[in-house]
Amino acid sequence: MDHSGTAPADDQQPPADDSHLGAPLVELSGVDKYFGDLHVLQDIELTVRRGEVLVVIGPSGSGKSTLCRAINRLETIDGGEIRIDGQPLPAEGRQLARLRADVGMVFQAFNLFAHKTVLDNVTLGPRKVRGLSKSDAEEEAFKLLDRVGVKNQAAKFPAQLSGGQQQRVAIARSLAMHPKVMLFDEPTSALDPEMINEVLDVMEQLAKEGMTMIVVTHEMGFARKAADRVVFMADGQIVEEATPEEFFHHPRSDRAKDFLSKILTH
Amino acid sequence: MEEYLDIIRQYDVLGAFWVNIQLAFWAAVLSLIMGSVLALFRISPIGSLQWAGTTYVTILRNTPLTIIMVFMVLGAWGQLELTLATDFNLNFFWLAVVGLSIYHAAFVCEAIRSGVNTVPVGQAEAARSIGLSFLPSARLVILPQAFRGAIAPLGNVLIALIKNTTVAAAASVATETSSVMRTMIEFRPDYIYAIFFTFAIGYVILVTPVGLLSTSFSRRLAVSR
Ligand SMILES: Nc1ncnc2c1ncn2[C@@H]1O[C@H](COP(=O)(O)OP(=O)(O)OP(=O)(O)O)[C@@H](O)[C@H]1O
Ligand SMILES: [Mg+2]
Repeated sequence: MDHSGTAPADDQQPPADDSHLGAPLVELSGVDKYFGDLHVLQDIELTVRRGEVLVVIGPSGSGKSTLCRAINRLETIDGGEIRIDGQPLPAEGRQLARLRADVGMVFQAFNLFAHKTVLDNVTLGPRKVRGLSKSDAEEEAFKLLDRVGVKNQAAKFPAQLSGGQQQRVAIARSLAMHPKVMLFDEPTSALDPEMINEVLDVMEQLAKEGMTMIVVTHEMGFARKAADRVVFMADGQIVEEATPEEFFHHPRSDRAKDFLSKILTH
Repeated sequence: MEEYLDIIRQYDVLGAFWVNIQLAFWAAVLSLIMGSVLALFRISPIGSLQWAGTTYVTILRNTPLTIIMVFMVLGAWGQLELTLATDFNLNFFWLAVVGLSIYHAAFVCEAIRSGVNTVPVGQAEAARSIGLSFLPSARLVILPQAFRGAIAPLGNVLIALIKNTTVAAAASVATETSSVMRTMIEFRPDYIYAIFFTFAIGYVILVTPVGLLSTSFSRRLAVSR
């Protein structure tokens, strides 16, 4: 940060309290990604510490989803390195699968397994990846479903649930793997307005319990209440990083000011 | 009428249909297994397997079945001495089953692949993101949904297979329907129409339920999203 004498006074916020944060858990260094000629991720440097909640915000097409997907290796990268808990992401195969199991992912479209019941959605990973017995996996699944408030839907199929319920099941499905970090890619933007809060509440609870989270969202309420840090992306670059208060009240870059003025007007 | 029924019994028409049903059954089982493996090859992330699957389908789908069946008998058995059963006639039966399976596996593969296309890509991504590698996510998430989306096209393959079992005649299976019909017409040309309609209607009776069942199953088992 440039703290030379001409910087306006309000640019010098006191450093945020980060004593609750641990060692670096997700580290991106010099990450580049192209889709054909399009440079979607440009030399991304980003470190997320254990217990940190990072909100990623930015205009459509700025590369937020690609960033998430690259961390989970659903997209390959063309340059740089991504480390999870100190380990570089393996290229393919069993090792990659193991590493993915440690990184939970919650999708905009929920992506629950459509041919399986809610309970089976949650127990599939623990049984087939972690090798838990059916009864152990189900016992824990019921606890998780209870925690996200959909225990009574366990026997239903995803299509029989509301969007908000489906997304909470998807969160439970991720939690069942005991991930080190969870990625959320616009988890509420496919939901009807009245269902957004039931999902955000679950996410806030997770944040409070110390889960490391990377959340792509435009929900400022969530960012204010739960985020340790906000990252603003535009055109494949990280343009600005700040605490939520700093970012929403005193955005530094013109891109961020412009973007905030657009989302704040509705 | 009396005489007609005598002819049917004399030439064991029911037995002939039973041969074709058995051919169809075993070839259906084998080609379903082979076709599923081929489909796995084609959707796998490994380039050489994709290539192998695509090449197989392209070649076998465009080769006439009769050519394959004649090859099974004159090439695989006659020259390469592939023997599938010690009994002479049973050997031809199994050679025909293998020939039918090799051919229809290509169509089964394409039917399953069309089923895979009904599964949204997010399903595979969710499977990968909970740590399932390619084979488990194919087996537990993709293929179960793909099969349900592929029931109608698989039904069509089965219908084609049932009718194509008559090409087993080219693999020297002399007891199947078309061979029996040929003998009957040769010896009882006075009953030529009756004989033809007997076989034609026999196949209608055999094939119609398959079409009806596959339509109803594909509706009932459809994955709701
Ligand atoms: N599979 C793909 N092939 C080609 N281009 C892609 C692909 N996926 C994304 N893109 C492009 O890459 C850019 C970044 O996409 P990305 O989905 O990461 O943006 P985003 O910030 O998540 O946007 P949104 O807010 O709309 O979700 C966009 O221009 C998009 O069109
Ligand atoms: Mg996106």
